[in-house]
Amino acid sequence: MYLADRSAPAGAKPAPDDRGPARAPAVASTVLALGTVSMITDISSEMVTAVLPLYLIAGLGLSPLGFGALDGVYNGVSALVQLTGGHLADRVRNHKLIAGIGYGLSALCKPLLLFAHSLGPISVILTLERTGKGLRTAPRDALISLSTPPELQGRAFGVHRAMDTTGALLGPLAAFLILSVAVDGYDAVFGVSACVAVLGVVVLMLFVPSGGADPQPRPSRQPRPPGPRPSGDATATATATDTPIVAAGADRPAPVRLRDALGLLRLPRLRNLAICAVLLGLTTVSDAFVYLLLQRRTGIGDQWFPLLPLGTAAVFLLLAVPAGALADRIGRRTVFLTGHALLLAGYALLLWAPAWPALPYLVLALHGMFYAATDGVLPAAVAATVPGELRATGLALVGTGQALARFGCSLAFGGAWTLWGTGPALAAAAAGLLCCAAVAGFVLRPAAAPDAAHPEPTRTRSA
Amino acid sequence: MTLSKSRRLLVLAVAVLLLGGLAAALVLRAASRDDTPSADGPSIAAGAVTLTRPGTLTFLNGVQGPHRGALASVPADAPDSGRTASELNCQRFYAAAGTGVCLRSTPGALAQDNKALIVDAELRTLRSFPLAGTPSRARVSPSGRFAAWTVFVSGESYGAAFFSTRTAIADTRTGKLEANLEEFAISMDGREYRAQDVNFWGVTFSKDDDTFYATLSTAGETHLVKGSISGRSVTTLARNVECPSLSPDETRIAYKKRVRAGASLWREHVMDLGTLQEHTLAEKRSVDDQAAWLDDRTLAYALPTDGAADSTDLWTVPADGSGAPQLLAPGASSPARLG
Repeated sequence: MYLADRSAPAGAKPAPDDRGPARAPAVASTVLALGTVSMITDISSEMVTAVLPLYLIAGLGLSPLGFGALDGVYNGVSALVQLTGGHLADRVRNHKLIAGIGYGLSALCKPLLLFAHSLGPISVILTLERTGKGLRTAPRDALISLSTPPELQGRAFGVHRAMDTTGALLGPLAAFLILSVAVDGYDAVFGVSACVAVLGVVVLMLFVPSGGADPQPRPSRQPRPPGPRPSGDATATATATDTPIVAAGADRPAPVRLRDALGLLRLPRLRNLAICAVLLGLTTVSDAFVYLLLQRRTGIGDQWFPLLPLGTAAVFLLLAVPAGALADRIGRRTVFLTGHALLLAGYALLLWAPAWPALPYLVLALHGMFYAATDGVLPAAVAATVPGELRATGLALVGTGQALARFGCSLAFGGAWTLWGTGPALAAAAAGLLCCAAVAGFVLRPAAAPDAAHPEPTRTRSA
Repeated sequence: MTLSKSRRLLVLAVAVLLLGGLAAALVLRAASRDDTPSADGPSIAAGAVTLTRPGTLTFLNGVQGPHRGALASVPADAPDSGRTASELNCQRFYAAAGTGVCLRSTPGALAQDNKALIVDAELRTLRSFPLAGTPSRARVSPSGRFAAWTVFVSGESYGAAFFSTRTAIADTRTGKLEANLEEFAISMDGREYRAQDVNFWGVTFSKDDDTFYATLSTAGETHLVKGSISGRSVTTLARNVECPSLSPDETRIAYKKRVRAGASLWREHVMDLGTLQEHTLAEKRSVDDQAAWLDDRTLAYALPTDGAADSTDLWTVPADGSGAPQLLAPGASSPARLG
């Protein structure tokens, strides 16, 4: 995103939980605490994920093909859950509470797996587990953004995503270590996973403040389109030049209503971000397809196939922090769009590159860079456009739009694959991505220098 | 946050100790199961298993204890007698004419290490093929020349599970591998068929070392297909047929038929390949296995042990629909009748 002001905004205060120095630290302690919680929780869930196929097929003698249908149903539910979590967190003004319920629900599901011996109950438990994940996503990201000054948002999200991915890589290690010590010790894996998940909830309760307090000044507590002001200023909420600091008497803010949540979409910058997230999501081929295509294209041995996601995750892990910091420096929009350009380069390699030995590494590196440049940068950009009291709702709106769009892309891509074969389907996705990225680049273009003489070009009509 | 920082660290330390202790106890308890032989159940002794001894029944021993997962053998006419357990550990096994296929999954550092081993009559590894996923089905052709296996591949992308199958056919003599049956030409109802969601599983071979039968799944339906290895093609024959198993006289297939769309419930059936007429068997429980013919009249298959999460028992049932299921061997899977 375009950062109009390089200097620290007048209103930016250090996070409420570090009362020591006047200068904000590089990363707020809340972000580190949340990163730790995410890392521990991801170790726990990836432990289960790593052994689940083996447990279902070798342990229980089941045919897990039926899970595909379940996934389709769940994607719709998941989207609603994320919106609900975001809205509830803003409504009760306690992000920690809703995030905690989400983490707790997921933790509860792990020991339950020991008692389910057929696909039906196992599907229900996995669905509940992911409901917990959906519920906590928006309040967690809101807590990260609310504890970080606006000019450091990108890096804060980068740090969180790097810690989260570290957990995802450590989970399988832990699971297979247990299985090598205890033959067929699936019960031990699920049990240990439950213990780890509980530890995550404990860390959340002890070291994460409740949130809901906004360290940044708010332009207005009503998410009405503000009066004439330079549009496209991503950090409108953070520039103290033309926005009043919270009005006196705002210590008892108005209750958050559903209407306000919908009203958020009237904020032009947020609406533009949501549109771009959906457009780009519609042309982002799901990871699973990328790995399948990569194997078909390069003929890498079957034994390497399960390791492909780890390659993406490793690159994501290494680059999440630098990409976030870069986004803070040169603009989140630039980095976000560059990330999609890297993904496009990955598609191009899959389509046209000769079968170099280095091709799998290149594609995985580009895929990981795409995640590093987008996964944390998008919420950082969204956070800059939403007032604090509706932060979780705003993040959930964009996150949900993106998730649903990606699901739509999976369906369309599967259909195109069936009709035309892999090459044309990927070419179509690449062409779509190119168009959508161009549109996004235009929609998110930085405004001209703030100048009161120029009325804003995209005037939203006041209601 | 009402607790002081030192208090919070103290609570954290206590939580780490308690949870860590519980986790360690769980792992140790699971690890100790390996070396304690189960008190009741069949006697199992280490010994040599040979795949050329006629009148032998081989299976994978699933009884808790030191030989869990090992390929074991018993006399086919006295399945209750003591089991001879070999050194070979598999997730899935099948043998014919002195050739065995063993699908093995061992925990690696970051992912499972899955392999298909082709073994000779003395269980020495002749060839080894890496697998892309979790072992599920295995078969050897009656002559011992071809082996086939099915694995489940899970493409995990951040909590979104999706599964697909991959089925391969290997020539055990030349080592030539058809890594993925999805590359074969498909003829459905007389027309060429292509789809991205095609999955194959459960190959069963004919004596002629070319014809095979398998399950093809696409667009939410399963089909019985008849295929040719040399022609690299398959043709659909019937619907709602999974894990076919060709009878020794090659007139019938046993298979599992889904009872209700969307439900993981199957009934074992037998179909006459000449007329495509099918009949149910006396087994009322849901069978999720590729049944094995012990002879032209009897089928063997695995069912989950009552009240145990990760153990199966072997049962038999007459192939003509008469009689009743009988327990063949408790704590066992992957049956194969030799010679």
